[in-house]
Amino acid sequence: MELTIDVVKQDMKSVIQLTGEIDAYTAPRLKSTILPLTEESGHTVEVDMEDVNYMDSTGLGVFISALKSTKETGSHLKLVNLQSRVSRLFKITGLDEIIDIDTAIRGGNE
Amino acid sequence: MEKFDFIEMRIPAKAEYVGVVRLSISGIASRMGFNYEDIEDLKVAISEAITNAVDHAYREGDDGEITVGFGVYENRLEVMVADHGGSFNLQEIKGGIGPYTRSEPVENLREGGFGLFLINALMDKVEINNNYGVIVLMTKYLYETEVGLDDDQISTTQ
Repeated sequence: MELTIDVVKQDMKSVIQLTGEIDAYTAPRLKSTILPLTEESGHTVEVDMEDVNYMDSTGLGVFISALKSTKETGSHLKLVNLQSRVSRLFKITGLDEIIDIDTAIRGGNE
Repeated sequence: MEKFDFIEMRIPAKAEYVGVVRLSISGIASRMGFNYEDIEDLKVAISEAITNAVDHAYREGDDGEITVGFGVYENRLEVMVADHGGSFNLQEIKGGIGPYTRSEPVENLREGGFGLFLINALMDKVEINNNYGVIVLMTKYLYETEVGLDDDQISTTQ
């Protein structure tokens, strides 16, 4: 029921490594980590979701606001290594159409 | 009357308890024989309902309680999430829920807009009652029992 957020920030790209669960309790902290990174023009924010074993609409909300922020500032958001359960929520909601999601799932069962 | 077991929990209307209820439903559903996929669906659906109730309590400046009930039936799990807060505009909540479509500009996407949509997508039946606070009643069926009768399937349940 926790979420660990590790950020490795470089000049043009930040990689956010998430471990745990994204829900109403942990989403606000994730949002306050991601948003400032998307506010840098030309910056790529890559979120590694390999170790996210639970996510609900609060997580979708965080990525929607991050996406909006990238549109405003000209940065880029990319989600990678999603577990099949998590990627399913993006598909059901149609958000996989507008968010850059790397569908090559390592160790997934899809 | 149909026989069932009933489990009830009362939690503070705070986000930190959503995960506790998720663990509970996971335990109840796996005890009933739901498969992994269905348990994950149930976890998301109940979290969405509780998150709505927590947000609602927060907006009302009310640090109330949420009551969660689990009706364990032979062929299904009924989950009730009740928020005893004040009145609530159901039409507003129901209006505009649905998946994203390409014609919609990204700027119009609401960050909190997918909760009820996901509950509807993941559960078999959803009812919302708004007479006193908000009560979400959702049902998921255990289809495995029916699959067991199918000739094409080898049943492992006895």
